[in-house]
Formats: sequence, C-alpha cells, structure tokens
Amino acid sequence: MAQTTSTILRPADYISPTRRTVMGAVFLVMALCIWLIFSLSIVTDAKTTFVLVPGGSKVLIADLVFMSKPVLDILAFICAALGVYQLAKGFGRYTNTILGVVAAFFIVAFLTWGSSGTSLNLAGLLKVAVVRAVPLTLGAFSGIFCERAGVFNIAIEGMMLMAAFSSALFGSLVNPFFGLLTAVISGVLLAYVLAVLSIKYKVNQIISGTVINIFATGITSFLSAKFLQKYSALNDSGRFGTWDVPGLSQIPFIGPVFFSHNMFIYAMFIFTILLTILFFYTRWGLRTRAVGEHPKAADTLGINVIKTRYISVMLGGAMAGFAGAYFVLGSVGRFDEVMTAGRGFVGLAAMIFGNWNPIGALGAGMLFGFADSLASKLAILKVPIPNKFLEMAPYLVTMIVLAGVVGRGQPPAAGGQPYEKE
Amino acid sequence: MTTSEKETAKPGAFSVFIEEVRKNSLTVTILAIISGLLAGGIIAVVTTEAVYQAVGHSFFAGIQAIFVVFWNTYRALFTGSVGVPADIIAAIGSGSSDAVNRALSPFFESLVQSTPYMFAGLAVALGFRVGLFNIGAEGQIFVGALATVWVGTSLKGWPAIAHIPLALLAGAAAGGIWGMIPGWLKAKTGAHEVINTIMMNYIAFRLSEYLLTGVLRDPNKPIPISAQIEKSAWLPRLFDDPNRFHLGFFIALLMALLVYILLFKTTWGFELRTVGSNPNAAKYSGMNIVRSTVITMILSGALAGMAGANEVLGVNHNLGVAFSSGYGFDSIALALLGNSHPLGVVLAALLFGFLRNGAIQMQLTAGIPIDIISVLQALILAFIAAPAIIRTIYRLKEPKPVGELVTTSAKEGK
Amino acid sequence: MESVLELRGITKRFPGVLANDQISIDLRKGEIHALLGENGAGKTTLMNILYGLYKPDEGEIVVKGQKLDVSSPRDAINAGVGMVHQHFMLVPVFTVTENVMLGDEYLLPGGFLDRKKAARRIMEISEQYNLAVEPGAFIRDLPVGIQQRVEIIKLLFRNADILILDEPTAVLTPREVDELFKIMQKLVEQGKSIIFITHKLREVMEFADRITVIRGGKVVGTTTPGVTNQVQLASMMVGRQIELNIKKDLAKPGEVVLEVNDIKVLNARHQIAVDHVSFEVRAGEVLGIAGVQGNGQTELVRALTGLTHPVNGKISLLGSNITHANAKKIKELGTAHIPEDRQKDGLVLPYSIEDNLILNTWYESPYAKRHILQRDVILDHANSLVEKFDIRTPNALTATSSLSGGNQQKVIVAREFSRPIRMLVASQPTRGLDVGSIEYIHQRIIEKRDQGCAVLLVSTELDEVMQLSDRIAVMYRGQILAVVDAKTTTREEIGLLMAGVVPAGS
Repeated sequence: MAQTTSTILRPADYISPTRRTVMGAVFLVMALCIWLIFSLSIVTDAKTTFVLVPGGSKVLIADLVFMSKPVLDILAFICAALGVYQLAKGFGRYTNTILGVVAAFFIVAFLTWGSSGTSLNLAGLLKVAVVRAVPLTLGAFSGIFCERAGVFNIAIEGMMLMAAFSSALFGSLVNPFFGLLTAVISGVLLAYVLAVLSIKYKVNQIISGTVINIFATGITSFLSAKFLQKYSALNDSGRFGTWDVPGLSQIPFIGPVFFSHNMFIYAMFIFTILLTILFFYTRWGLRTRAVGEHPKAADTLGINVIKTRYISVMLGGAMAGFAGAYFVLGSVGRFDEVMTAGRGFVGLAAMIFGNWNPIGALGAGMLFGFADSLASKLAILKVPIPNKFLEMAPYLVTMIVLAGVVGRGQPPAAGGQPYEKE
Repeated sequence: MTTSEKETAKPGAFSVFIEEVRKNSLTVTILAIISGLLAGGIIAVVTTEAVYQAVGHSFFAGIQAIFVVFWNTYRALFTGSVGVPADIIAAIGSGSSDAVNRALSPFFESLVQSTPYMFAGLAVALGFRVGLFNIGAEGQIFVGALATVWVGTSLKGWPAIAHIPLALLAGAAAGGIWGMIPGWLKAKTGAHEVINTIMMNYIAFRLSEYLLTGVLRDPNKPIPISAQIEKSAWLPRLFDDPNRFHLGFFIALLMALLVYILLFKTTWGFELRTVGSNPNAAKYSGMNIVRSTVITMILSGALAGMAGANEVLGVNHNLGVAFSSGYGFDSIALALLGNSHPLGVVLAALLFGFLRNGAIQMQLTAGIPIDIISVLQALILAFIAAPAIIRTIYRLKEPKPVGELVTTSAKEGK
Repeated sequence: MESVLELRGITKRFPGVLANDQISIDLRKGEIHALLGENGAGKTTLMNILYGLYKPDEGEIVVKGQKLDVSSPRDAINAGVGMVHQHFMLVPVFTVTENVMLGDEYLLPGGFLDRKKAARRIMEISEQYNLAVEPGAFIRDLPVGIQQRVEIIKLLFRNADILILDEPTAVLTPREVDELFKIMQKLVEQGKSIIFITHKLREVMEFADRITVIRGGKVVGTTTPGVTNQVQLASMMVGRQIELNIKKDLAKPGEVVLEVNDIKVLNARHQIAVDHVSFEVRAGEVLGIAGVQGNGQTELVRALTGLTHPVNGKISLLGSNITHANAKKIKELGTAHIPEDRQKDGLVLPYSIEDNLILNTWYESPYAKRHILQRDVILDHANSLVEKFDIRTPNALTATSSLSGGNQQKVIVAREFSRPIRMLVASQPTRGLDVGSIEYIHQRIIEKRDQGCAVLLVSTELDEVMQLSDRIAVMYRGQILAVVDAKTTTREEIGLLMAGVVPAGS
C-alpha cells in the first residue's frame, strides 16, 4: 500500500520518552536486585569458583576464583550508573544494546551469587547451552524461511516430530545418514501440505499449521505404539559421533565449549552464515523477502509469488526436518512419543525474538538454550528459584518482546495473508 | 434459504433435492467426517501385519483380511462408543436396571468424553466469533484443573452445594486469568494472541509441573500426582458404577446455551461479533475493542478452565502431570467443524467424544493405538478448512460466497 | 506520427460487469496521451490488461508493430511497457536500490547482488531525467512525491519506453504535481511515450497532447485540448450535461456547535499530523476542509470523532468538552460521522443491512431492551430506512457486501441521518461513487445543513469542497493555512494554499 502519512517525519529509531523512562527504571531495578538480593545476602569473604573445563574434556585450564561481594557491588554500580544516565539523558538508539549489556551483567551477577562459597562448571553450563540451542535455532530457521516469504509456520513442532520419527525408523533400517535424508524429506512433505493448504486452498495459516501438528503427533504416536515399541530393532538408529575441530578444539575453554560436538552443532553455525548470505545478499533472498513484504509489488515486477512461496515453505520444511533429526541422530539415538516436547514452539519464539533474522535467531536460540541449561544446574547452585520458573524464561521473554517493551520487531508485512491475483 | 426454494421450484423434486445437497455446506461437513473415518480404516488396514501375510498367501485371502480389519475396526469403534446392540436389547428385555446401566455404559462414557470437548470447543468458538485465535485452551485447561484441585483438596468439611460451585468457579477464574493476559496484550500492544497463547500454554505446563512436584503433590504417591479432592467437591454421578456419567455434561450444555444467547441475542454479543467481523467499523460505532477483546479472552479462558475443572471434579478427582492429552488443540478442529456456532460445537464435541471413547475400545480389541483419532481429527480439520478438497473429490458444486470463513470474519449466526 | 502502442478491440468481462467493451486506443511516440474517465469507467482494468495482470476476453495488443501476447507483467516489461500503479508497488523496508532492481537484479559472479552497480545506474537515470533520489534511502522514510519518482525510475531502469501512470496526481500537492509534469515533459522529450490515467479535467487540459475519454467501459471519443473545453469533457465523461454547481440557498449560520482550539494530534507513528489547529463550525453552515490527501485531515477527523485524542488543545461540542471523550460519548452528544473508507470503517460487510443500520444504536431503546436485541423493531426500522433513503436491495436482510458502492454509502447515510444529530462530520463522502449517487449524497448533506445541522466536510476533491462549502479551510502539513469564504474565493487561491503558499495579505 502506498504510504500517505504526513510529510513531517521523525527518525526511524525514535525512542519515546515513556520507553526511555521505563528502560531507565528497569536498569535501576536490576542494579537494586544485584545489590539487595545478591550482594547483601552473602558473607563478605565468600569466594566464587567458575570451573572452565567441561566434564570429560582434556583441554585443561585453571579455575576462575574471585571474591563474590566486590564483583557483585561493581556490577550493581555499573548497572545503576547506566540506569541513571538513561533516566537523565537516554542512550537513544543504543538503548536496546545497553539493555543487553545490563541483562548480561545481571546473569553474571546471578551466577556469581549462586556459586558463591561453592563452584560452578561454567564451561559445562555453556557447552550444554550450545547443544540445547540447536533444535531451537534450527526450528527458528525453518520459521524464517516460511515467514520471510509471507507464510506463518506454527507447524515447526509437527514437522520436527515427524522428522524425528523417520530418522529413527530409517536410521535403524539403513544407517543414520539415510535417516537424516528421510527426516529432511518428511519435513519437506509436511511443508508441502502446509503450502498446498495455505497457498493453494488459502486456508487460514494457523489452521493449516494446527492440522499438521495434530496429524504429526497422531501418526508418529500411532506408528510408534504399533511398531517401534513392538520391534525394538526399528528404534535403534545410532547417533552421529562427536568430531573435534582440528586446532580450534584445543583452545582452552572456547575449544571444548564450541568445537567439540557432533555435526548438528556445526551445522547450526554454518546455516546461520548461509542463511544470512542467502536472504540478504542474493537475488533469491531479495525476491523472497519482497514476496513476504509486498507480494503485489513483486508480482508486478514479474516475480512468481506462488512459486516463490512454495519453494520457501518447502525449504523451511527441510530445515525443520533437519532439526527434527537432531532429536534422534544428534541426541538420544531413538524415538520417543512427543519427544520434541514443544521445542518447535520455542523455535518460533526464537525466530520472533531474533527479529526474523538468522543471526538474531541464533542469538535467541543460544539465550533460550542457556536458560534451559541453567535450569538443569539450579539444583547444584542452591538458589531458591525453582528450575521450572527458569524454564519458563523463553516464553516470558518472547511475550515481553511481542508486547514491544524492548522495541518492536519487524515481522514481514504480508505474513499470514494468502496471495490473490485480484 | 427462502429465495432459493422459490427459484428452484420448477424441476423435479428429487433433482432439486440433489442439487441442494450438492451445494449445501452441511454436505461438505458430513462428507469430511465420513472421509476422515474412511481414511482411519485405511490406515488401520495398511498398518496391520496380518493383512500383508494374507496378501502374500493369496489375493482372495488378502481381500478377506482387509475386510476383517475394516469390520473389526469399525465394530470396535461402534461397540466401544455406543455399546453392543444385542446386549442393550437383552438388558432392556431382562428389565434389570443394573444390566441396562452396564449395557449402555459405553454410550454414557462417550458423553463423559465429549464433555471437556464441549467446554474447550466453546472456548475456541467464542474466540473465533470475536476474531481471536485462542490456541491456548490447552494451557487454560491445565491452570483451570490446578485451581480446581487446590480448592477441591484444601477446603475440608464444606457442603457439596457450596464446594462444587466454588471449585468450578476457581477453575473458570484461573482459566480466565490465563486467557486475559494474551487478550490484554493483544488489545493494548497488538501482540499476536496466537503466539502469546502458545507461550502461555508452555508456562502453564511448567507451572503445573512445579506445583504437582511441589505443594500440590500427594506425598504418598510414587509419581507426581495431586491428592484426591474431597468427596464434597465431586460432581454427582447420575448412575451406579461403572457408569461415570456426571452432572458436568449438563453444565456443558448449559454453557453452550448461555454462549448462544450471549452471542446472538444480547447487545453485548452484537458488540462482540461486530468487533470480530470488522474491528474498524466497531471502533467507529463507539464500541470498545479493548474491552471486547479482553472480555472475550477471559470468557474463552474461563470456558477452557471449566473443561479442566470438569475433568477433575467429574472424572479423575485428582490431577497428574500429563492429564489433558491435547483437548486444547483438538478443540480448534472442533470449533471449526461446528462453524463456531454453539450448537455446532456441541454436535462436533459429541462426535469427538464418541470417537475418542470408541478408540479406547479399538485399542483394546482391535489392537489399533488410540492415537489414530488424532490422525482422523487432523484429516477432518483439513477437509473442513479446505472444502475445495472435498468438493473436488465428490464433485460438489461451489456455493455462492455468502460470508467468509468464520475465522477470518465471523458469519452471521441467524 | 508512428504508433508505438495500439490496443485493438479490448473486451473484458467480470461476473456481472462488462468492464471493457471493444476499447481501441493508439499511443504515438513522444506524446502524453490522457485516458480520462470516472471512477469505475474501466481505465484501470484496461491498463491492467496491457500490463499482463488480467487476461482480455477479446482483442489484441500491438507494440511497435508487433502483436504482443501479455500473460504476465514480465511480458509487458520485456516489450518495454512499464506502469506506475495508483497504490505504489514499493517495499517499505527495502532501499531505493533494492526496490528498483527487484526482478531485474544486477549480479556479481556467484549470484550475489551487485547493489553498487545498480546504484550507479540509478544515479545515471536520475541525472538524465532530473529525478533526484538517494539510492541508499529506505522507502519508508521517503515522502510520497519521492516514492513516485522511485516508481518512475523503476520503469526507466527496465528501459521501458511506454510508461503508464495510473492516477499519479491523487496523492501529490499541487507543487509536486507541477514537478511531476516537468518530469513527464522531460521523458517525452527524450523519446518516451506516456499514457496518463486521470479523472481530473484541469490536468488533462493543461498537460495532455491527446485525450481519450472512457465511459462505462467504452471509448466515447478522442480529442485534443486545443479543440475542447472542460465542460465538454465533463459531459463526455458522465454522459450528460452535468450541472457543475449544486443549487443551494445562502447559509444561515447559527450558534457555534463545534469549537476546536489549538489542537495537536499525532498519527499512528507518533508523528505530528495535526499541528495547532483551531476553527469553529456553526449550526446551519458547511465548513469544508480542503487539502491534498495526507496533510492531517484523517487525524483531524479521528480526533473530532473520539477515535484518537489530541495531545494538546481543546475540542468542545455544544459547550461540553470532548477533548478526551470516547467515540460513543461524542456520538451520543449528536455527532454523525461518514468515514472516509466506507468498506473498512463504515460497514460490517458480512452483516445484513438491518444490522448495519443499528451499528451505533444497537444498545439503545427501542432496538434493545434490558440488553436483549429486539429483532422485530430492528427489522421495521430497517425496512422504513431502505424505503426512505432509496437503498436498492432485495430486502433488508441482504448482506451489505452484495450492494453497490453507492447503495453501501446510502446505508451509512441512512444510519447517520436517521438519528437526531447536531453535527455531521463527512469525510470523503462521495469517493468512488457514480454521478447519480454523488448528487444524491450532496443534496442530503445540504438538506441537513438547512435543517440547522453543523457540517464539517473533508474532501480532497477541490470541486466538491467548493460546491458544498460555505467557508473553506485549507490544510497543509497539519496546519490550517487559511479559512476563506467560499463565495469569494477562487480555485487558484485554494490551489496555492493547498501547495502551502499563503497569498500575500491574507
């Protein structure tokens, strides 16, 4: 649609006074939390120990040991200072960056506090976070493929589940590589159904997604109950092994955390780069994004909107299929009913939090993976926060982002609307 | 309706009837259900090992085996959901009320199974009518059940007349709050309710895991499950064991009636439906979009919460971690099947209840895992949402476009 | 002179409508050929056929002597035909370069986009034709006039030499219109040919080389500005001698009904859209708000009807302060509102006429009692209004979506005028309607004025404002530049004001 608003323009990165104040208050509250809850609750001479070698790794490095209280006080002071500056003058377009910094300080403070007087395996925590990020990030990529072309995909969960099932079954029958191939194919097939319903029959895209989710849950549980549980040889696919990246994996701390995994983890990083190039530096990406933003404009320039959407949705299906294979071939080596356990929806959340951008989605996936990883470590930290609450973090964060508290994302403008040629 | 009857009065009565049937959208609905059921039978056949062995033996044996599977499947579905006709007739003949009760208990069990579907289906349908997509029924069911269990277990020595309504209201209130949050966010910030209700689902799951492994857990049980609620909070059952038919069914029917009156007879309903059909026009007419959105999501959440409460008070009497098994998602299919009309929802819920109950019997006698009904529901939903598929298969005529699909802009309900 | 484009006997049928009936037109090299017709005359359909968006049922298209089979925009582009659509086909979040090269991208080895080369080409085009743009700017940050330039560059980038401009002046200020015409002159000087679609007589007379008038899907005739005049063109366009002035008596202004005092209103993007505006409307007069679309009229109307609230200033209606009152309160005080987009804001299309007629009284007696809708009363009410306002429909239970535009607008007018009202806010009340309906609505509005209602008329059609108003306020960039007497002002004076030029002395 043509823009017919007033010609008096404000800069696009304009921050309203309300938001400036709210953000300043948020920074101050975080500073207060660090000081009142964390710093004041521990004894003066408590020490925090961060172990920098994950369990089982041979790349050694000394533990990081420091006095808890001074570190917390410093972090609280910096956050408070940032808050005061924000209230007084404001960081303008850097507000969100500063928010990220304050949030990171808060997490560091939390870990420092939680492990004061004891030790925390920081390397192990991060390594698990990277692993947990894989299905979320890849799921988000699936969503990006579809939504950038203007098709909502809430069926990531169903596609992943279906793919997990096929990878287990065919991985057991043939080998893990064939399992991976069938996983990708089954993702594409379900995506094709999504595309036909949403694009050809113009069914509401939420409904099409729901169809696929219900179907995938039903058929995988049905077949699993009927066959996999009866013939256990059908459900023993094996896994892809760990492969250390030569050289890089020997770097202390960083090596074991990032460069000693199975191929799914590396694929996540490679896909991040590939997708960024694909969407923002190639003809295909430009056209696909145009179709998702303003399909009619694309059509008038001779771009086939329908075909572009089909291709993009099916690529999204392939990505979800790859993500689904991770649950079996990259993780436990067998299929369990409903084993995706909502990861597809967290992937959707990661896509939104990452602003429909591959690098953003990786960041969001890592953050959510970290929350997940931390939740499983909370018991060790003796922190009076139930781990279930930390597991809620991704959902809460997504709702906060959607509400526009930390700045609104930019979803593709034509998302959810079937394209009609007049 | 009246005009089309007049116009087509000339040709023979039978051909008119056929024409009308081919154009009618109810025909599509019925064919969608039949096609879904048929597909279920086919899936049962192709996943039965005996069929392949028989086909390998001889062609005739193969055909026979296929028919046997079909017959067994549908017979199990029927006897599981309605009862064994011969038994029912014999029981009525014997005049023993106990025998009749036993013979009819599958039928009543189906009604028990359809009750939560009614509540949850009404929840989703109400949202559709106001242009809101509540995919959060599942989470609202959970929090409703949690609140109900809490009231049901912690209040002791109350009379049933007070305890039951209070427990039910607690469930409705919890569900209502769970619905209100995405509703408020949608109204105030424009955040998409689909995403937010999904997120609220998972928050509800984590919350229930937390509570059921913590304060609500029965310490004497090996698995995380709540204590049994007080007897005073049990919804009264109308027959003796094993018949579990309880008052909740009638409460659900009452809710359907109330939703119908609200939507189509009152000024509030007019406002809600207008907001659903064209929020801009509603705004121009001085209607309050924020209030309508929030109220609808509260009511929708409350209805879903009552589904959870109903299961606790009427059937389970306690609450385990994975108790809902997808009512929330199935109810989307169900609301669409019922054209988001309370009467349609009741009928669709009955269908789903009978299917679900019959499927339990299918699992026991025909060895077909119960999850097959999810597959059926998905297929039925696809056929209903894309009527063109059914029209193509059965060569039906395209009807004149009267209104849009109810989820994009609600149809008039008169 | 040679023809670069010929349309021969183009016919296009839509269900129930013959949109184009045997239309033949030829375009000569280097000319500006105006295609003049009312809304709904079939101009846009014809151009969409030429551009490959629709398929004609009959007829053929000949470009530079060769018969052309256009089945997609691609074919048209390849044949050198380009089109600037009425609603711009630009992706707001893309840069100028990305929008221009989309579909015909410059590539580096390996399939990567060559944005630099495309930007260079854009700069070349922009210099050659005086089309100043910034290749790296995002479309969403550009004013409408510049966006239109980007659209033209898109065509030149594809080496189009036949340019179709569909209602290009609708969203421009008079000054931007002048610039556009300079650009068009420059284009034809350099050998391009232009089809210029419009319904504005004055522009056609000033800028076209030849004029083809279309009415009801048929070509009425082709002429040149030298041998015709506006009155003749107008009658060709509507098919009969039309009276360019509506008959009305002198206004008898009474007490002040609406008083707007120094208000400031923000638009949805938090930009200032209405900037310190003050005026008053008296009972029994029509105050017209003239101005090019997008100069704050929409936001002004929203503030007056309670759909948004001013951040500054005060609005009073009949003595009560309604600055922060909601739409319902303002309506109950006696304000009627004809919204600018009838399908989007004025009607619930899937609803029956009956229900649309109670859209702002649904909760009031006699239509509701104790919150229960009184269906019999509502139907009686609807039947009487259908008759009184001459709404052409089978019955009052028909869905409004199946009515014609004119009848849909009558439903709104019937609804708003059937209440006792003191103030009427009419925003673009006749946009897109046929002449008969326009006359009808105009008469009704004047009738309301004569009954002592205060009328605020907002219209971007200068003729409409000049005909109906007693006083005219001109809005430009959110401000009211002047309020002039409709009897003594001239088109030129208002045109200058619309362009932001305040004549000396006023």
